[in-house]
Amino acid sequence: MATNKGRTSSFSRNFSAAPTSSILGLKYGPNGTIFLSSGVPDLDKILGGGFHLGSLVMIMEDTEAPHHMLLLRNFMSQGLVHNQPILYASPSTNPRAFLGTLPTTLVSKDDRSHNADAEQKDLRIAWQYKKYLGENKPHIEERDGKVEYCNEFDLRKPIEKHLIMGNRVECISLLDCSSLAGFRDSCSKFLSQLPRYDGNITSAGRIAIQSLCAPQCEYFDKDWDMLSFIRSLKSMVRSSNAVAFLTFPASLVSPSVSKRWQHLADTLLSVKAIPDEDKELANLLTGYQDMLGLLSVHKVARFNTQVPVILDATTYSIKLQKRRSLVLECLNQAPVDGSSGSSYGTSGSCSGSSKTGTLDF
Amino acid sequence: MDRPASLLDEALSLDDGDSNNLRPWRGRVVLVEDCVETNGAFVLHHLIKRFISPNLSSSDSVVIFVAFAQPFSHYDRILRKMGCNLAVQRENKRLIFFDMLMLECPDDGVEGGIIALYGNIQKAVEVVSSLNKNVTIMIDDISLLEVAANGSTKDVLDFMHYCHTLTTQFGCTIITVIHEDIYSSGDQFTLPLQMEHLADIKIKAEPLVTGLAADVHGQLTVLNKGRSDGLGRWKSKIRNFHYRVKENSVDYFYPGGRS
Repeated sequence: MATNKGRTSSFSRNFSAAPTSSILGLKYGPNGTIFLSSGVPDLDKILGGGFHLGSLVMIMEDTEAPHHMLLLRNFMSQGLVHNQPILYASPSTNPRAFLGTLPTTLVSKDDRSHNADAEQKDLRIAWQYKKYLGENKPHIEERDGKVEYCNEFDLRKPIEKHLIMGNRVECISLLDCSSLAGFRDSCSKFLSQLPRYDGNITSAGRIAIQSLCAPQCEYFDKDWDMLSFIRSLKSMVRSSNAVAFLTFPASLVSPSVSKRWQHLADTLLSVKAIPDEDKELANLLTGYQDMLGLLSVHKVARFNTQVPVILDATTYSIKLQKRRSLVLECLNQAPVDGSSGSSYGTSGSCSGSSKTGTLDF
Repeated sequence: MDRPASLLDEALSLDDGDSNNLRPWRGRVVLVEDCVETNGAFVLHHLIKRFISPNLSSSDSVVIFVAFAQPFSHYDRILRKMGCNLAVQRENKRLIFFDMLMLECPDDGVEGGIIALYGNIQKAVEVVSSLNKNVTIMIDDISLLEVAANGSTKDVLDFMHYCHTLTTQFGCTIITVIHEDIYSSGDQFTLPLQMEHLADIKIKAEPLVTGLAADVHGQLTVLNKGRSDGLGRWKSKIRNFHYRVKENSVDYFYPGGRS
């Protein structure tokens, strides 16, 4: 009996040892990598756990709509909730004011039912990630314990002041930077203050850069300066425990430079608004009315492995659940008449290639 | 080797006659082209393993690896899964690794960056060649070298031409990666054209036109320009096949030929 007991207890000890990483808002991934949450639970699931620590995440903006800001806000809020130092840079005159618009964590009375609801949805959306769902479960159950790996955020309410005041948040206006060298120094200073990785990570940092190549910045026309900035940012982040999150309007730089940017990204996403009155699209997709926009996953970071991550779908719809929390869903294609659907016959195949057309699912 | 040579080895003529003989590879330039959707780095991993795996009878080959894209730990972990320990090989002096992640060449300071890098490579090649060993120079990747050189294509081309002289002088092999889609936007770019001209073997990784799938990760087109066989005939062959990348190896198969 005694041995039996010992065995069970050792088993449970192992089990409880696993979530210790979640206290820091970090999670161990495959191949000796560590994940950090993106702040959008669905995006974490799509990417297989979150953003890799040490990766450079790039979002290609839609120039006509600010959907990238939704992702950026959640990314920063999640960092604040986890007490992670943040460096935020944007081409506005007063970047600190942006912190007031960050969403707060979603705590509601119907928490449980909502959660169960969300979980069911996850199963439906991302049934192929069952293995990751299993990993998530202990964290979700630990709700009232300490800190969750990933929170949901209420986009309607601003984040509590004490979280902004209590954390190390540096704000930099890109308008003040006449060249990127100064900004790079700020980044490397920020990263050097993070505790180094020594097998036992205590904290992680987040760098959020909004619209790096905005035309109002002085360095806008210096393609190579921007490229070498991104390259050195990438190598700096890679050797520290931080994630750099960078949005850029891809259409503002020349196509070949844009490709270079995309090659530099470890994880590459793009957002796109959907027009309000696109009848053809409305017929094609179910739930078109609730959609805010589309998110495409072009590249998923792969550290320490050569196997590419192949997702079942590369395009997801961005929706607001109950008008406050951000959810990503697979596109559901409504049945199309064989005769009328001919125009979509080429692009409507279940392909992940971005070559086939503007829309792919 | 027990298992049959893969389609890639065959297309690269790595299995000509004695599979362990790397003679035909001496003095060659190999260019790997890839794009955002399909990363061609796995070809590089495969070739590293081929050139420094210990069971190679001509174990006198040394790889000089110039890394712009990834840190050493990344390559080390991947190659370890493939059964090749880079850390040990580095200590055995079979692998000379240049970590160039932080290489910067300010506007007019190319001397400090690229020229110094070339100097180091040349020194290493001279030392290794004096020991009568085969040298392979791998550069991952040229597009990033261009960024490091602050967009000075001329300097990059000079660098590549200098490296190319090493192939004739010391008979070493050069293997490089270039992101081909960067240069496909219509403008005239000299870099990819000149690189293709230099290359004896071109390996192009691209996604399937029907998109990415879970069991076919893309297709490889191998253009082996070959060499004159002395009778004035030019043997050149082009191969096309699909591949699927796995942790410890890559499956190659003909389109539709997957069992």
